[in-house]
Amino acid sequence: MTLLEFARGPALTVALTVFIAGTLWRIFRLATRPAPPDRSAPRVDAAAAGALLGILRRFWPHPRFGARIGFSVFIGYLYHIGLAVIVFAYLPHIEFIRKLIGVGWPALPAPVTYFAGGVTMFALLIALMLRLTDPVKRLLSRFDNYFSWLVVFLPVATGMAAFDTAAGGFNQTYIALHLLTVELFLLWFPFGKLMHAGLAFWSRGITGVKYGRRGAMP
Amino acid sequence: MSLESNRPAPERVAAAMNAFVRDFTRESAVHMDACIRCGHCAQACHFYTSTLDPKYTPINKLEPFLHAYRRTTAPWAPLARLLGAEKGVTLQELESWQELIYDACTMCGRCTLVCPMGIDIAALISRARHGMFAAGLVPEDLRAAAERAENEMSPLGATPKVLEERVDWLEDEHGVKIPLDLPQADVLVTFSSIEIMKYPHSLVAMAKVLKHAGESWTVSTKGYEATNFGMLSGNRDWQHDMSERIIDAAIACKAKTVVLPECGHAYGALRWEGANVHGAPLPFEVVHISEYLASLARKGRLRLKPLAKSLTFHDPCQVSRRGGASEAPREVLAALGVDLHEMGDHADAAWCCGGGGGVVAIKRADELRRGAFRIKMEEIDATGAELLATSCANCRLTFDDGAAYHKWNKSMQSLTELVAERLEG
Ligand code: SF4
Ligand code: SF4
Repeated sequence: MTLLEFARGPALTVALTVFIAGTLWRIFRLATRPAPPDRSAPRVDAAAAGALLGILRRFWPHPRFGARIGFSVFIGYLYHIGLAVIVFAYLPHIEFIRKLIGVGWPALPAPVTYFAGGVTMFALLIALMLRLTDPVKRLLSRFDNYFSWLVVFLPVATGMAAFDTAAGGFNQTYIALHLLTVELFLLWFPFGKLMHAGLAFWSRGITGVKYGRRGAMP
Repeated sequence: MSLESNRPAPERVAAAMNAFVRDFTRESAVHMDACIRCGHCAQACHFYTSTLDPKYTPINKLEPFLHAYRRTTAPWAPLARLLGAEKGVTLQELESWQELIYDACTMCGRCTLVCPMGIDIAALISRARHGMFAAGLVPEDLRAAAERAENEMSPLGATPKVLEERVDWLEDEHGVKIPLDLPQADVLVTFSSIEIMKYPHSLVAMAKVLKHAGESWTVSTKGYEATNFGMLSGNRDWQHDMSERIIDAAIACKAKTVVLPECGHAYGALRWEGANVHGAPLPFEVVHISEYLASLARKGRLRLKPLAKSLTFHDPCQVSRRGGASEAPREVLAALGVDLHEMGDHADAAWCCGGGGGVVAIKRADELRRGAFRIKMEEIDATGAELLATSCANCRLTFDDGAAYHKWNKSMQSLTELVAERLEG
């Protein structure tokens, strides 16, 4: 079995299994924590609106904090959008997803996605630099934060390196490494901060409901 | 040496852990799991921005609570224990975090405003205080105030007897009637001990407003003190007792409405937590005095002589940002006809005065609190307003102390007192 066959076969199966089972377990454990009812009389009886507003408004920093956190948010947006473009708009990735789940969609031109890859790597490096140099971020950072960074950075880096311009095609070893790093991402996802991808909505929604019913900013 | 230091360390840690675990509700768990450690919350906290010390980053104040969560309850807690990745908390850690959990958090909720995950850090701090109380790790002056509130009905010595004496004196001196212990009344009025002991004119002002509105009202000597120090100190049973006194008094006099005094935490404790502590919806409406005044103004029951001055309003965090009633004082100020000069950060975004959450009662926190107070002074000076008002006696006390310390030439006024002074007829 070659490295690429290993990455495409058993490694992918294991990574996807851990990813799905682990994510479901974490959601299940959180969902089954006790949730005492809020018996206070609501000022505004609109839980769904509060949740929705709470989720949506936090996509943009509160206007009074733009100057203080704007750069950090901007860098965050750069790599989140960059990653979304790479994962969902690059033809080989769409093909990969089509093979996996049978659904596909049109791709963006390859140079656009390569540009997105470059921007993403740049933004990720700045984010790491901020984490290492900003005293607050440094104090808060744990293994989880650095490892999560690594498992996001490595697939982008190996993916970018996989295209062999001289040969005009993909380098098979790099493709194998690329797949293995993606699998590392999937393996780590349920255990660490990467899961904020979903938890962000839940967490914001809870606060949205709580403060929305009080008539406060959700 | 405190009595607590005689309790063996493992027993105190176990007591804290048990209390923590009880507080790992779904909300707490999701919020702790969702934090991405971005540090944005630091930029909202007056204790961080006034010191630039990273230890005052809001989420960092919860570190022992987080450790306990990861060791006992988090989805991967069994794995963390198996791998020895999470050691749990120690007495030393709890002791060293005491300052961050009590002295350095007013539970103002400003950090939630900026948090991209919407994490309610103030609520988590409030829960973490339960474990700290169980371990005997409450700052002594705050604990003593809470104990007085439990045993004598007031953290500041405003016992029922003192209240009766004060009411007699105020009635004589100001020619008002403060009806005590009527068997039946539509409105039960409550006070803050700070008002009773330090700002008694607030009681007179409330009496004048209620008379002006032609209200049937009373004050109960069995449930008159609304600042819930049980909640602030982290003693769940005392919080319950303090809320129940008011609830029982309101039920006894068949009140339709309980009016809470100019106190932010009183609002959080009864308006939003009262029913949860009671275990059932409350059979009466709970309103803050600013909401009560606003509703009178809306109904045309508040006839006021205009106050032709410029004024800036300081929002008590628990009433505005965490209570959803930021419009009420502004309606009242509009009825007063003042020229309102808002601060750069106001209503939901207002900076805390630095004295909430019991912090003003903690002597050793004075320096930190007074440092944070500079933020308010600068914001208020920038408005150029002639007058300064708020609807929280605790904020007012913090302002009086801050102004005296910094030799600031501004003086905080009570919204209710301003209204009472301008009543027509
Ligand atoms: S802002 Fe929110 S997500 Fe970021 S570190 Fe603070 S609590 Fe965590
Ligand atoms: S609730 Fe207020 S005082 Fe406490 S950490 Fe958040 S911003 Fe700071």
